[in-house]
Amino acid sequence: MSGPSGGGRVGGGGPVGGGGPAVLVAGVSKVFNPGRTGQVEAVRGVDLEIERGEFISLIGPSGCGKSTLLRLVANLTDPTSGTVIVNGKTARQARLDQAYGMAFQQSGLFEWRTVTKNIELPLELRGWDRVRRQSRAAEMLKLVKLEDFADHHPWELSGGMQQRVAIARALAFDPPLLLMDEPFGALDEMTREHMQAELNRICEATGTTAVFVTHSIPEAVFLSDRVVVLSPRPGRIVTVVEVELGARNDDTRETPEFFKKITEVREALRGSA
Amino acid sequence: MNPSAGSGAGSAVGSVLGSVARRVRSVLPPIVVGVGLLVAWQLFVQVRHIKPYLLPPPSAIWHQIASNRSGILHAARVTGTNALVGLLAGLVLGVGAGAVASRFRWLGELTIPVAVAVNAIPIIALVPIFNNMFSTTSAIPRRLMVTIIVFFPIFMNTLRGLTQVDATKEELMRSYAASPGTVLRKVRVPHALPFLFTGLKIASSLSVIAAVVAEYFGGLQDGLGSHIVSAASNSAYGRAWAFVAASCALGLAFYFVTILAERVFVPWQPARRSR
Ligand SMILES: Nc1ncnc2c1ncn2[C@@H]1O[C@H](COP(=O)(O)OP(=O)(O)OP(=O)(O)O)[C@@H](O)[C@H]1O
Ligand SMILES: [Mg+2]
Repeated sequence: MSGPSGGGRVGGGGPVGGGGPAVLVAGVSKVFNPGRTGQVEAVRGVDLEIERGEFISLIGPSGCGKSTLLRLVANLTDPTSGTVIVNGKTARQARLDQAYGMAFQQSGLFEWRTVTKNIELPLELRGWDRVRRQSRAAEMLKLVKLEDFADHHPWELSGGMQQRVAIARALAFDPPLLLMDEPFGALDEMTREHMQAELNRICEATGTTAVFVTHSIPEAVFLSDRVVVLSPRPGRIVTVVEVELGARNDDTRETPEFFKKITEVREALRGSA
Repeated sequence: MNPSAGSGAGSAVGSVLGSVARRVRSVLPPIVVGVGLLVAWQLFVQVRHIKPYLLPPPSAIWHQIASNRSGILHAARVTGTNALVGLLAGLVLGVGAGAVASRFRWLGELTIPVAVAVNAIPIIALVPIFNNMFSTTSAIPRRLMVTIIVFFPIFMNTLRGLTQVDATKEELMRSYAASPGTVLRKVRVPHALPFLFTGLKIASSLSVIAAVVAEYFGGLQDGLGSHIVSAASNSAYGRAWAFVAASCALGLAFYFVTILAERVFVPWQPARRSR
């Protein structure tokens, strides 16, 4: 079940390959409520190019605009200036084409749907037939190791299990791009590390491009090819830390290189404050 | 705590027994309390020699129920029909108005304060005026009263359920590029169902109260309310209490039917509560 490359995923266009960057953010700024009371400049002049198959983490102090940046890429909000290109299309067109899967800090599961039906929702909206939906949902449940909970309702699951369902749902239609906003925020340390390993495995296996918002430095380093460090509000890119740890496993967390990268990110965060 | 012992055939039997035991445990306390209150009432009236016009004992009321059975049944059917017709009309109007108001944010913001204010005034006081608007043989004034009274809880809860979907679900549907119609069908309506039933549970009890009390103010005199008034004014207190008891039973019946319907249409909601 290891990835096609087995090694680091970065570089040379990644496993999917071809056709320019997965995400291109150029000179993007976002001002909420411009010219009104409550005007907030959330993001200022961000340039970011994300290769296909790359795993990028966004890290920065609370309120610095990480979620806003992610939501700009997802076209859930429009930039005040600058452009966002996703897989060669405008962010809006990419959203209309359902070119990405999204997982939020809250799992956002529908309580009237079973676990399976929750995972099937994006497939229903894309017009998949029932047989295909069911077999894919079963496949995804196996991936997040929740086969035994297929017919349970969300409230019968722990917070971590709900989060895994949300990730399975985001991955279900094989999106070339995965956008995640602190999906492991509510989990305990052990579950969190387990989920990180799972996510790493899934992204390697499928060659998915990922943008991942987190507050945890070790999490960002463990998962990413590059860690993007943002300044306090308005969010600007302070540094981009390249992480070359090769294939990740539990031992990775013990290596000197891992600790070195953690220190590097921490110092970048300190310097930015 | 959980009776989850055993495996195989034993656990299937165990879980059936467990669910029966759970049901008995949830139904038993209210029954015990109810019977206890009746016994206490009976003893209190007998020991303290309370005058029957102040408070007849349950045994006397029961005697009246038995001897007026056909009259009570007929009146209950009339009042029950009035309540049901009014309730269904209020349901249709309330859900319809809630759906319309949810389409336009400003309309919802405009109507909710008005609805809350109207809900706070004693609408039942309008019955004499309705009675003058229609002929004395018309059942419409009572039903209209019921409709107006049940409209508000149904309208407000429907509107709330349709509009107060959490932001994460809304953004998720937006990320799927789902059309407004799809969002309505797959998110807003199922999200609103538990809210609707919260409104319906209030409305179903209110409908019977309104149908009974509306007759206190004149109009067609063939339901439970008019029998309570006429028995009381003839000093037939036991009989008055018998019709009061029938009104209570009718109200409970409406309420329990609503709860049953909730279990059928909102299976996920009671399960969450029972945890
Ligand atoms: N819809 C909005 N309207 C107005 N202001 C907003 C909106 N969304 C975010 N903001 C403001 O933009 C700034 C950045 O918010 P954002 O949610 O992107 O921060 P964040 O980096 O994700 O913070 P956290 O780590 O705490 O989640 C904040 O000051 C916030 O108040
Ligand atoms: Mg955030």
